[in-house]
Amino acid sequence: MKTDTVISAKDLSLTFQTGDGPVHALKDVTLDIAKGDFVSFIGPSGCGKTTLLRAMADLEHPTSGTMTVNGTTAEEARRARAYGYVFQAAGLYPWRTIAGNISLPLEIMGYDKAEQARRIQRVLELVELEGFEKKYPWQLSGGMQQRASIARALAFDADLLLMDEPFGALDEIVRDHLNEQLLKLWERTNKTICFVTHSIPEAVYLSTRIVVMSPRPGRISDVIESPLPRERPLDIRDSPEFIEVAHRVRDGLRAGHSDDV
Amino acid sequence: MRQATLPILTVVAAIFALWYLGAVWLNSDWAYDKAVRLDKDLTFSEMVIDTWSQDKPKLPAPHQVAAELWDTTIDKRITSKRSLVYHSWITLSSTLLGFVLGTGLGIALAIGIVYNRTMDMSVMPWVIASQTIPILALAPMIIVVLNAIGISGLLPKAIISMYLSFFPVVVGMVKGLRSPDNMQLDQMRTWNASPTQTFWRLRLPSSMPYLFTSLKVGMAASLVGAIVGELPTGAVAGLGARLLAGSYYGQTIQIWSALIMAAVLAALLVATIGMVQRATLKRMGLS
Repeated sequence: MKTDTVISAKDLSLTFQTGDGPVHALKDVTLDIAKGDFVSFIGPSGCGKTTLLRAMADLEHPTSGTMTVNGTTAEEARRARAYGYVFQAAGLYPWRTIAGNISLPLEIMGYDKAEQARRIQRVLELVELEGFEKKYPWQLSGGMQQRASIARALAFDADLLLMDEPFGALDEIVRDHLNEQLLKLWERTNKTICFVTHSIPEAVYLSTRIVVMSPRPGRISDVIESPLPRERPLDIRDSPEFIEVAHRVRDGLRAGHSDDV
Repeated sequence: MRQATLPILTVVAAIFALWYLGAVWLNSDWAYDKAVRLDKDLTFSEMVIDTWSQDKPKLPAPHQVAAELWDTTIDKRITSKRSLVYHSWITLSSTLLGFVLGTGLGIALAIGIVYNRTMDMSVMPWVIASQTIPILALAPMIIVVLNAIGISGLLPKAIISMYLSFFPVVVGMVKGLRSPDNMQLDQMRTWNASPTQTFWRLRLPSSMPYLFTSLKVGMAASLVGAIVGELPTGAVAGLGARLLAGSYYGQTIQIWSALIMAAVLAALLVATIGMVQRATLKRMGLS
Protein backbone atom coordinates (compact mmCIF):
# COMPACT_ATOMS: atom_id res chain seq x y z
CA MET A 1 0.00 0.00 0.00
CA LYS A 2 1.45 3.32 -1.06
CA THR A 3 1.47 6.18 1.44
CA ASP A 4 -0.93 8.27 -0.61
CA THR A 5 -3.54 5.53 -0.84
CA VAL A 6 -6.87 6.77 0.49
CA ILE A 7 -9.04 3.70 -0.02
CA SER A 8 -7.83 0.17 -0.16
CA ALA A 9 -10.10 -2.83 -0.69
CA LYS A 10 -8.55 -6.29 -0.50
CA ASP A 11 -10.37 -9.52 -1.46
CA LEU A 12 -13.60 -7.83 -0.50
CA SER A 13 -16.76 -9.95 -0.68
CA LEU A 14 -20.26 -9.01 0.37
CA THR A 15 -23.20 -11.39 0.34
CA PHE A 16 -26.80 -10.42 1.07
CA GLN A 17 -29.02 -13.14 2.51
CA THR A 18 -32.40 -12.91 0.81
CA GLY A 19 -35.53 -15.03 0.65
CA ASP A 20 -34.32 -16.45 -2.67
CA GLY A 21 -30.95 -17.46 -1.23
CA PRO A 22 -27.67 -15.57 -1.01
CA VAL A 23 -26.91 -12.75 -3.47
CA HIS A 24 -23.22 -12.14 -4.12
CA ALA A 25 -23.17 -8.37 -4.44
CA LEU A 26 -19.38 -8.24 -4.41
CA LYS A 27 -16.83 -11.02 -4.87
CA ASP A 28 -13.06 -10.72 -4.32
CA VAL A 29 -12.80 -7.04 -5.11
CA THR A 30 -9.28 -5.63 -4.77
CA LEU A 31 -8.69 -1.96 -5.51
CA ASP A 32 -6.51 0.91 -4.34
CA ILE A 33 -7.54 4.52 -4.78
CA ALA A 34 -4.85 7.20 -4.53
CA LYS A 35 -5.24 10.67 -3.06
CA GLY A 36 -6.51 13.22 -5.55
CA ASP A 37 -7.91 10.62 -7.95
CA PHE A 38 -11.28 10.93 -9.59
CA VAL A 39 -12.50 7.34 -9.86
CA SER A 40 -15.71 6.37 -11.60
CA PHE A 41 -17.48 3.06 -11.06
CA ILE A 42 -19.52 1.96 -14.03
CA GLY A 43 -21.49 -1.16 -14.79
CA PRO A 44 -24.99 -2.52 -15.31
CA SER A 45 -27.41 -2.62 -12.40
CA GLY A 46 -26.65 -5.38 -9.96
CA CYS A 47 -22.89 -5.17 -10.53
CA GLY A 48 -22.28 -3.98 -6.99
CA LYS A 49 -20.98 -0.49 -7.77
CA THR A 50 -23.26 1.18 -5.27
CA THR A 51 -22.64 -1.58 -2.74
CA LEU A 52 -18.89 -1.01 -3.06
CA LEU A 53 -19.36 2.72 -2.48
CA ARG A 54 -21.60 2.03 0.51
CA ALA A 55 -18.98 -0.36 1.91
CA MET A 56 -16.42 2.48 1.72
CA ALA A 57 -18.90 4.61 3.65
CA ASP A 58 -19.52 1.88 6.28
CA LEU A 59 -23.19 1.75 5.24
CA GLU A 60 -22.74 -1.92 4.23
CA HIS A 61 -20.57 -4.46 6.01
CA PRO A 62 -18.35 -6.77 3.94
CA THR A 63 -18.76 -10.50 4.55
CA SER A 64 -15.02 -11.07 4.10
CA GLY A 65 -11.88 -9.21 3.07
CA THR A 66 -10.70 -5.83 4.30
CA MET A 67 -11.61 -2.26 3.50
CA THR A 68 -9.43 0.56 4.77
CA VAL A 69 -10.18 4.26 4.42
CA ASN A 70 -7.40 6.72 5.29
CA GLY A 71 -5.50 3.77 6.78
CA THR A 72 -8.27 2.95 9.27
CA THR A 73 -11.32 0.71 9.10
CA ALA A 74 -14.35 2.06 7.26
CA GLU A 75 -16.22 2.40 10.56
CA GLU A 76 -13.46 4.46 12.16
CA ALA A 77 -13.32 6.61 9.06
CA ARG A 78 -17.07 7.21 9.23
CA ARG A 79 -16.85 8.12 12.91
CA ALA A 80 -14.02 10.53 12.07
CA ARG A 81 -16.27 12.04 9.37
CA ALA A 82 -13.65 11.26 6.73
CA TYR A 83 -15.99 11.54 3.75
CA GLY A 84 -18.92 13.45 2.35
CA TYR A 85 -21.60 11.30 0.72
CA VAL A 86 -23.89 12.52 -2.05
CA PHE A 87 -26.96 10.38 -2.71
CA GLN A 88 -28.91 10.08 -5.96
CA ALA A 89 -31.72 12.20 -4.49
CA ALA A 90 -30.73 15.58 -3.08
CA GLY A 91 -32.53 14.72 0.17
CA LEU A 92 -32.79 18.32 1.36
CA TYR A 93 -35.10 18.95 4.33
CA PRO A 94 -38.13 20.96 3.14
CA TRP A 95 -38.42 22.72 6.50
CA ARG A 96 -34.89 24.12 6.29
CA THR A 97 -33.54 26.82 4.00
CA ILE A 98 -30.58 26.04 1.74
CA ALA A 99 -28.26 27.54 4.38
CA GLY A 100 -30.09 25.54 7.05
CA ASN A 101 -29.65 22.35 5.08
CA ILE A 102 -25.94 22.93 4.62
CA SER A 103 -25.51 23.74 8.30
CA LEU A 104 -27.22 20.47 9.28
CA PRO A 105 -24.04 18.33 9.32
CA LEU A 106 -22.14 21.27 10.82
CA GLU A 107 -24.61 21.47 13.73
CA ILE A 108 -24.34 17.73 14.23
CA MET A 109 -20.56 17.99 14.28
CA GLY A 110 -20.65 20.85 16.77
CA TYR A 111 -19.27 23.80 14.79
CA ASP A 112 -20.13 27.17 16.31
CA LYS A 113 -22.49 29.62 14.61
CA ALA A 114 -19.81 31.89 13.16
CA GLU A 115 -17.88 28.97 11.71
CA GLN A 116 -21.12 27.53 10.26
CA ALA A 117 -21.87 30.82 8.52
CA ARG A 118 -18.34 31.08 7.16
CA ARG A 119 -18.41 27.53 5.77
CA ILE A 120 -21.90 27.93 4.27
CA GLN A 121 -20.68 30.96 2.31
CA ARG A 122 -17.57 29.15 1.12
CA VAL A 123 -19.32 26.00 -0.16
CA LEU A 124 -22.19 27.95 -1.71
CA GLU A 125 -19.56 29.81 -3.68
CA LEU A 126 -17.91 26.50 -4.68
CA VAL A 127 -21.17 25.19 -6.18
CA GLU A 128 -22.13 28.63 -7.55
CA LEU A 129 -25.25 29.05 -5.44
CA GLU A 130 -24.37 32.38 -3.80
CA GLY A 131 -27.47 34.35 -2.88
CA PHE A 132 -29.69 31.28 -2.49
CA GLU A 133 -29.04 30.68 1.21
CA LYS A 134 -32.44 31.97 2.33
CA LYS A 135 -34.42 30.04 -0.30
CA TYR A 136 -36.27 26.84 0.48
CA PRO A 137 -35.52 23.65 -1.50
CA TRP A 138 -38.83 23.74 -3.40
CA GLN A 139 -37.85 27.14 -4.77
CA LEU A 140 -34.83 25.58 -6.55
CA SER A 141 -34.63 23.45 -9.71
CA GLY A 142 -33.56 19.80 -9.49
CA GLY A 143 -30.02 20.61 -10.62
CA MET A 144 -29.69 23.41 -8.08
CA GLN A 145 -30.98 21.14 -5.34
CA GLN A 146 -28.34 18.55 -6.20
CA ARG A 147 -25.66 21.28 -6.13
CA ALA A 148 -26.90 22.28 -2.67
CA SER A 149 -26.60 18.67 -1.57
CA ILE A 150 -23.01 18.59 -2.88
CA ALA A 151 -22.33 21.81 -0.97
CA ARG A 152 -23.67 20.11 2.14
CA ALA A 153 -21.31 17.16 1.61
CA LEU A 154 -18.38 19.56 1.16
CA ALA A 155 -19.20 21.76 4.15
CA PHE A 156 -17.25 19.81 6.77
CA ASP A 157 -14.08 19.57 4.68
CA ALA A 158 -13.73 15.85 4.29
CA ASP A 159 -10.94 15.01 1.82
CA LEU A 160 -12.99 12.24 0.30
CA LEU A 161 -16.21 12.68 -1.65
CA LEU A 162 -18.38 9.62 -2.35
CA MET A 163 -21.06 10.21 -4.98
CA ASP A 164 -23.75 7.67 -5.83
CA GLU A 165 -25.24 8.56 -9.25
CA PRO A 166 -25.70 12.15 -8.10
CA PHE A 167 -26.82 13.38 -11.53
CA GLY A 168 -28.77 10.25 -12.52
CA ALA A 169 -32.17 11.89 -12.18
CA LEU A 170 -31.27 15.05 -14.13
CA ASP A 171 -31.63 15.79 -17.81
CA GLU A 172 -28.70 15.75 -20.24
CA ILE A 173 -28.15 19.53 -20.45
CA VAL A 174 -28.17 20.06 -16.69
CA ARG A 175 -25.96 17.02 -16.28
CA ASP A 176 -23.32 18.37 -18.71
CA HIS A 177 -23.25 21.63 -16.82
CA LEU A 178 -22.92 19.95 -13.44
CA ASN A 179 -20.18 17.64 -14.75
CA GLU A 180 -18.19 20.67 -15.84
CA GLN A 181 -18.74 22.32 -12.46
CA LEU A 182 -17.77 19.18 -10.61
CA LEU A 183 -14.46 18.98 -12.50
CA LYS A 184 -13.73 22.62 -11.63
CA LEU A 185 -14.57 21.95 -8.02
CA TRP A 186 -12.32 18.88 -7.95
CA GLU A 187 -9.52 20.96 -9.49
CA ARG A 188 -9.87 23.67 -6.83
CA THR A 189 -10.28 21.48 -3.76
CA ASN A 190 -7.98 18.60 -4.71
CA LYS A 191 -10.33 16.07 -3.15
CA THR A 192 -10.43 12.37 -3.86
CA ILE A 193 -13.74 11.54 -5.56
CA CYS A 194 -15.43 8.17 -6.00
CA PHE A 195 -18.29 8.49 -8.46
CA VAL A 196 -20.87 5.83 -9.32
CA THR A 197 -22.57 6.24 -12.69
CA HIS A 198 -24.11 4.24 -15.50
CA SER A 199 -23.30 6.79 -18.20
CA ILE A 200 -20.18 6.02 -20.26
CA PRO A 201 -19.59 9.63 -21.46
CA GLU A 202 -19.98 10.91 -17.91
CA ALA A 203 -17.47 8.39 -16.55
CA VAL A 204 -14.91 9.08 -19.29
CA TYR A 205 -15.30 12.83 -19.13
CA LEU A 206 -14.86 13.06 -15.37
CA SER A 207 -12.43 10.36 -14.33
CA THR A 208 -8.72 9.83 -14.00
CA ARG A 209 -9.54 6.15 -13.52
CA ILE A 210 -12.57 4.17 -14.60
CA VAL A 211 -13.48 0.97 -12.79
CA VAL A 212 -15.66 -1.25 -14.98
CA MET A 213 -17.76 -3.75 -13.04
CA SER A 214 -19.91 -6.72 -14.01
CA PRO A 215 -22.73 -8.55 -12.23
CA ARG A 216 -23.45 -11.97 -10.72
CA PRO A 217 -21.25 -11.97 -8.77
CA GLY A 218 -20.37 -8.28 -8.61
CA ARG A 219 -16.72 -7.92 -9.56
CA ILE A 220 -14.21 -5.60 -11.23
CA SER A 221 -13.69 -6.55 -14.87
CA ASP A 222 -11.38 -3.72 -15.96
CA VAL A 223 -9.60 -0.67 -14.55
CA ILE A 224 -8.81 2.00 -17.13
CA GLU A 225 -6.29 4.81 -16.54
CA SER A 226 -7.50 7.79 -18.50
CA PRO A 227 -4.92 9.38 -20.83
CA LEU A 228 -6.94 12.61 -20.91
CA PRO A 229 -5.37 15.72 -19.37
CA ARG A 230 -6.76 17.08 -16.08
CA GLU A 231 -7.90 20.23 -17.85
CA ARG A 232 -11.01 19.14 -19.78
CA PRO A 233 -13.25 21.44 -21.78
CA LEU A 234 -16.63 19.90 -22.74
CA ASP A 235 -15.58 19.49 -26.40
CA ILE A 236 -12.83 17.08 -25.36
CA ARG A 237 -15.60 14.54 -25.82
CA ASP A 238 -15.10 14.75 -29.59
CA SER A 239 -11.37 13.99 -29.39
CA PRO A 240 -10.01 10.61 -30.59
CA GLU A 241 -8.55 9.88 -27.13
CA PHE A 242 -11.94 10.34 -25.51
CA ILE A 243 -13.65 8.10 -28.05
CA GLU A 244 -10.98 5.43 -27.60
CA VAL A 245 -11.41 5.36 -23.81
CA ALA A 246 -15.18 5.23 -24.24
CA HIS A 247 -14.70 2.25 -26.58
CA ARG A 248 -12.62 0.43 -24.00
CA VAL A 249 -15.24 1.02 -21.33
CA ARG A 250 -17.96 -0.29 -23.66
CA ASP A 251 -15.87 -3.37 -24.47
CA GLY A 252 -15.34 -3.97 -20.75
CA LEU A 253 -19.08 -3.72 -20.10
CA ARG A 254 -19.83 -6.09 -22.99
CA ALA A 255 -17.25 -8.64 -21.78
CA GLY A 256 -18.86 -8.67 -18.35
CA HIS A 257 -22.25 -9.28 -19.92
CA SER A 258 -21.23 -11.93 -22.48
CA ASP A 259 -21.98 -14.87 -20.19
CA ASP A 260 -25.65 -14.09 -19.74
CA VAL A 261 -26.83 -12.16 -22.80
CA MET B 1 -65.82 27.61 -1.07
CA ARG B 2 -68.57 29.68 -2.71
CA GLN B 3 -69.75 26.80 -4.90
CA ALA B 4 -70.08 24.65 -1.80
CA THR B 5 -72.59 26.98 -0.11
CA LEU B 6 -75.69 25.93 -2.03
CA PRO B 7 -75.23 22.15 -1.64
CA ILE B 8 -74.49 22.57 2.06
CA LEU B 9 -77.58 24.71 2.61
CA THR B 10 -79.67 22.16 0.71
CA VAL B 11 -78.49 19.36 2.96
CA VAL B 12 -79.05 21.41 6.11
CA ALA B 13 -82.57 22.30 4.94
CA ALA B 14 -83.29 18.63 4.25
CA ILE B 15 -82.08 17.68 7.75
CA PHE B 16 -84.34 20.29 9.37
CA ALA B 17 -87.32 19.15 7.29
CA LEU B 18 -86.77 15.53 8.33
CA TRP B 19 -86.31 16.62 11.92
CA TYR B 20 -89.63 18.47 11.99
CA LEU B 21 -91.39 15.52 10.32
CA GLY B 22 -89.81 13.18 12.85
CA ALA B 23 -91.05 15.37 15.69
CA VAL B 24 -94.62 15.16 14.34
CA TRP B 25 -94.39 11.40 13.92
CA LEU B 26 -92.89 10.67 17.36
CA ASN B 27 -94.82 13.22 19.43
CA SER B 28 -98.28 12.80 17.86
CA ASP B 29 -99.31 9.93 20.22
CA TRP B 30 -98.92 12.18 23.23
CA ALA B 31 -100.76 14.99 21.49
CA TYR B 32 -103.75 12.69 20.79
CA ASP B 33 -103.61 11.26 24.35
CA LYS B 34 -103.91 14.74 25.82
CA ALA B 35 -106.79 15.53 23.49
CA VAL B 36 -108.63 12.35 24.46
CA ARG B 37 -108.23 13.14 28.16
CA LEU B 38 -109.62 16.61 27.63
CA ASP B 39 -112.34 15.09 25.47
CA LYS B 40 -111.44 17.29 22.57
CA ASP B 41 -111.09 16.75 18.86
CA LEU B 42 -107.78 17.68 17.28
CA THR B 43 -107.50 19.01 13.77
CA PHE B 44 -104.42 18.04 11.85
CA SER B 45 -102.84 21.48 12.13
CA GLU B 46 -103.54 21.68 15.87
CA MET B 47 -101.88 18.30 16.27
CA VAL B 48 -98.83 19.43 14.31
CA ILE B 49 -98.47 22.61 16.33
CA ASP B 50 -98.78 20.62 19.55
CA THR B 51 -96.06 18.15 18.55
CA TRP B 52 -93.67 21.05 18.03
CA SER B 53 -94.32 22.72 21.37
CA GLN B 54 -94.60 19.99 24.04
CA ASP B 55 -92.74 20.32 27.36
CA LYS B 56 -91.22 16.86 27.33
CA PRO B 57 -91.42 15.66 23.73
CA LYS B 58 -89.90 12.39 22.62
CA LEU B 59 -88.13 14.38 19.92
CA PRO B 60 -87.96 18.13 20.48
CA ALA B 61 -88.29 20.33 17.41
CA PRO B 62 -85.22 22.31 16.30
CA HIS B 63 -86.63 25.67 17.38
CA GLN B 64 -87.25 24.31 20.90
CA VAL B 65 -83.62 23.20 21.15
CA ALA B 66 -82.47 26.52 19.74
CA ALA B 67 -84.55 28.42 22.27
CA GLU B 68 -83.20 26.30 25.11
CA LEU B 69 -79.62 26.87 23.85
CA TRP B 70 -80.22 30.61 23.65
CA ASP B 71 -81.76 30.67 27.10
CA THR B 72 -78.96 28.68 28.75
CA THR B 73 -76.00 30.31 27.02
CA ILE B 74 -76.87 33.94 26.32
CA ASP B 75 -79.55 34.76 28.89
CA LYS B 76 -77.99 33.07 31.93
CA ARG B 77 -74.94 34.45 33.72
CA ILE B 78 -72.07 32.08 33.05
CA THR B 79 -71.55 31.54 36.76
CA SER B 80 -75.10 30.18 37.09
CA LYS B 81 -75.51 26.43 37.62
CA ARG B 82 -78.09 26.49 34.85
CA SER B 83 -75.74 28.06 32.29
CA LEU B 84 -74.65 25.71 29.55
CA VAL B 85 -71.49 27.79 29.14
CA TYR B 86 -70.59 26.96 32.74
CA HIS B 87 -71.19 23.23 32.17
CA SER B 88 -69.25 23.33 28.90
CA TRP B 89 -66.32 24.93 30.66
CA ILE B 90 -66.28 22.13 33.28
CA THR B 91 -66.19 19.51 30.52
CA LEU B 92 -63.75 21.51 28.41
CA SER B 93 -61.23 21.85 31.22
CA SER B 94 -61.03 18.11 31.81
CA THR B 95 -61.05 17.50 28.04
CA LEU B 96 -58.03 19.75 27.58
CA LEU B 97 -56.13 18.36 30.57
CA GLY B 98 -56.85 14.80 29.38
CA PHE B 99 -55.81 15.74 25.86
CA VAL B 100 -52.47 17.14 27.04
CA LEU B 101 -51.83 14.07 29.22
CA GLY B 102 -52.89 11.69 26.45
CA THR B 103 -50.74 13.41 23.85
CA GLY B 104 -47.76 13.33 26.20
CA LEU B 105 -48.27 9.65 27.00
CA GLY B 106 -48.84 8.82 23.34
CA ILE B 107 -45.67 10.56 22.15
CA ALA B 108 -43.62 9.02 24.97
CA LEU B 109 -44.85 5.51 24.13
CA ALA B 110 -44.25 6.09 20.40
CA ILE B 111 -40.64 7.16 21.05
CA GLY B 112 -40.15 4.06 23.20
CA ILE B 113 -41.61 1.82 20.51
CA VAL B 114 -39.47 3.34 17.75
CA TYR B 115 -36.19 3.36 19.67
CA ASN B 116 -36.49 0.26 21.85
CA ARG B 117 -36.87 -3.18 20.30
CA THR B 118 -38.33 -4.73 23.43
CA MET B 119 -41.01 -2.06 23.62
CA ASP B 120 -41.63 -2.43 19.89
CA MET B 121 -42.42 -6.12 20.39
CA SER B 122 -44.36 -5.80 23.64
CA VAL B 123 -46.19 -2.51 23.99
CA MET B 124 -48.37 -2.31 20.88
CA PRO B 125 -50.59 -5.34 21.69
CA TRP B 126 -51.33 -3.84 25.12
CA VAL B 127 -52.10 -0.47 23.59
CA ILE B 128 -54.59 -2.10 21.22
CA ALA B 129 -56.05 -4.28 23.99
CA SER B 130 -56.59 -1.17 26.12
CA GLN B 131 -58.95 0.20 23.50
CA THR B 132 -61.06 -2.95 23.27
CA ILE B 133 -62.34 -2.52 26.84
CA PRO B 134 -65.58 -0.49 26.74
CA ILE B 135 -64.79 2.83 28.34
CA LEU B 136 -68.24 2.87 29.96
CA ALA B 137 -67.28 -0.22 31.97
CA LEU B 138 -63.90 1.14 32.90
CA ALA B 139 -64.81 4.73 33.76
CA PRO B 140 -66.56 4.01 37.11
CA MET B 141 -63.60 1.84 38.20
CA ILE B 142 -61.11 4.60 37.48
CA ILE B 143 -63.24 7.13 39.37
CA VAL B 144 -63.81 4.83 42.37
CA VAL B 145 -60.16 3.78 42.62
CA LEU B 146 -58.86 7.33 42.31
CA ASN B 147 -61.42 8.53 44.83
CA ALA B 148 -60.24 5.86 47.26
CA ILE B 149 -56.72 7.26 47.14
CA GLY B 150 -57.98 10.77 47.59
CA ILE B 151 -57.99 12.04 44.01
CA SER B 152 -61.23 13.60 42.89
CA GLY B 153 -62.52 16.49 40.82
CA LEU B 154 -60.88 17.30 37.51
CA LEU B 155 -58.15 14.67 37.37
CA PRO B 156 -60.20 11.41 37.30
CA LYS B 157 -62.21 12.69 34.33
CA ALA B 158 -59.03 13.88 32.63
CA ILE B 159 -57.53 10.42 33.06
CA ILE B 160 -60.50 8.87 31.25
CA SER B 161 -59.95 11.41 28.47
CA MET B 162 -56.28 10.51 28.40
CA TYR B 163 -57.14 6.82 28.20
CA LEU B 164 -59.07 7.43 24.98
CA SER B 165 -56.87 10.09 23.41
CA PHE B 166 -53.40 8.55 23.79
CA PHE B 167 -54.26 5.73 21.38
CA PRO B 168 -54.48 7.65 18.07
CA VAL B 169 -51.35 9.58 19.09
CA VAL B 170 -49.32 6.40 19.66
CA VAL B 171 -50.41 4.87 16.37
CA GLY B 172 -49.84 8.07 14.38
CA MET B 173 -46.53 8.97 15.97
CA VAL B 174 -45.03 5.48 15.56
CA LYS B 175 -45.77 5.79 11.86
CA GLY B 176 -44.58 9.39 11.77
CA LEU B 177 -41.29 8.79 13.58
CA ARG B 178 -40.63 5.92 11.18
CA SER B 179 -41.50 7.96 8.09
CA PRO B 180 -37.93 9.10 7.20
CA ASP B 181 -36.71 6.83 4.40
CA ASN B 182 -33.54 4.73 4.42
CA MET B 183 -31.62 7.33 2.46
CA GLN B 184 -32.31 10.02 5.05
CA LEU B 185 -31.27 7.70 7.87
CA ASP B 186 -28.12 6.62 5.97
CA GLN B 187 -27.31 10.28 5.46
CA MET B 188 -27.43 10.80 9.23
CA ARG B 189 -25.10 7.81 9.63
CA THR B 190 -22.56 9.30 7.20
CA TRP B 191 -22.39 12.33 9.51
CA ASN B 192 -22.08 10.02 12.51
CA ALA B 193 -25.12 11.67 14.10
CA SER B 194 -26.23 10.43 17.52
CA PRO B 195 -29.72 8.95 17.98
CA THR B 196 -30.74 12.12 19.85
CA GLN B 197 -29.58 14.35 16.97
CA THR B 198 -31.40 12.13 14.47
CA PHE B 199 -34.54 12.37 16.58
CA TRP B 200 -34.65 16.16 16.91
CA ARG B 201 -33.42 17.02 13.44
CA LEU B 202 -35.01 14.32 11.29
CA ARG B 203 -37.54 12.01 12.93
CA LEU B 204 -39.54 14.56 14.91
CA PRO B 205 -39.93 17.17 12.11
CA SER B 206 -40.81 14.38 9.65
CA SER B 207 -43.57 13.14 11.96
CA MET B 208 -45.48 16.44 12.11
CA PRO B 209 -48.13 15.65 9.45
CA TYR B 210 -48.89 12.39 11.27
CA LEU B 211 -48.95 14.10 14.66
CA PHE B 212 -51.57 16.66 13.66
CA THR B 213 -53.86 14.05 12.13
CA SER B 214 -53.61 12.05 15.37
CA LEU B 215 -54.24 15.14 17.49
CA LYS B 216 -57.54 15.80 15.71
CA VAL B 217 -58.78 12.27 16.41
CA GLY B 218 -57.36 12.43 19.92
CA MET B 219 -59.12 15.69 20.70
CA ALA B 220 -62.53 14.32 19.71
CA ALA B 221 -61.87 11.16 21.72
CA SER B 222 -60.82 13.29 24.67
CA LEU B 223 -64.15 15.13 24.69
CA VAL B 224 -66.04 11.84 24.59
CA GLY B 225 -63.89 10.64 27.50
CA ALA B 226 -64.67 13.71 29.59
CA ILE B 227 -68.43 13.37 28.99
CA VAL B 228 -68.36 9.64 29.73
CA GLY B 229 -66.37 10.42 32.88
CA GLU B 230 -69.21 12.63 34.11
CA LEU B 231 -71.95 10.05 33.56
CA PRO B 232 -71.38 7.32 36.18
CA THR B 233 -70.23 9.51 39.03
CA GLY B 234 -73.23 11.53 39.90
CA ALA B 235 -71.34 14.58 38.75
CA VAL B 236 -73.34 17.75 39.29
CA ALA B 237 -71.62 19.81 36.61
CA GLY B 238 -70.48 19.29 33.05
CA LEU B 239 -72.18 18.36 29.79
CA GLY B 240 -72.27 14.71 30.88
CA ALA B 241 -74.10 15.69 34.06
CA ARG B 242 -76.59 17.72 32.02
CA LEU B 243 -77.22 14.68 29.79
CA LEU B 244 -77.73 12.43 32.80
CA ALA B 245 -79.98 14.87 34.67
CA GLY B 246 -81.96 15.41 31.51
CA SER B 247 -82.58 11.69 31.10
CA TYR B 248 -83.59 11.27 34.78
CA TYR B 249 -86.29 13.91 34.51
CA GLY B 250 -87.28 13.28 30.90
CA GLN B 251 -85.95 16.72 29.91
CA THR B 252 -85.36 15.83 26.29
CA ILE B 253 -84.89 19.45 25.27
CA GLN B 254 -82.08 19.76 27.82
CA ILE B 255 -80.45 16.54 26.51
CA TRP B 256 -80.57 17.73 22.93
CA SER B 257 -79.15 21.13 23.74
CA ALA B 258 -76.30 19.52 25.70
CA LEU B 259 -75.65 17.19 22.76
CA ILE B 260 -75.53 20.07 20.33
CA MET B 261 -73.27 22.01 22.66
CA ALA B 262 -70.91 19.00 22.81
CA ALA B 263 -70.89 18.76 19.01
CA VAL B 264 -70.16 22.48 18.65
CA LEU B 265 -67.37 22.19 21.21
CA ALA B 266 -65.82 19.22 19.36
CA ALA B 267 -66.04 21.06 16.04
CA LEU B 268 -64.35 24.15 17.50
CA LEU B 269 -61.55 22.14 19.13
CA VAL B 270 -60.83 20.09 16.01
CA ALA B 271 -60.99 23.20 13.82
CA THR B 272 -58.47 24.92 16.09
CA ILE B 273 -56.02 22.03 15.66
CA GLY B 274 -56.69 22.13 11.93
CA MET B 275 -55.69 25.80 11.82
CA VAL B 276 -52.48 25.19 13.76
CA GLN B 277 -51.81 22.22 11.45
CA ARG B 278 -52.19 24.24 8.26
CA ALA B 279 -50.00 27.07 9.55
CA THR B 280 -47.27 24.76 10.84
CA LEU B 281 -47.07 22.42 7.86
CA LYS B 282 -47.12 25.32 5.43
CA ARG B 283 -44.23 26.93 7.28
CA MET B 284 -42.35 23.62 7.25
CA GLY B 285 -42.92 23.07 3.54
CA LEU B 286 -44.68 19.77 4.28
CA SER B 287 -48.16 20.54 3.02
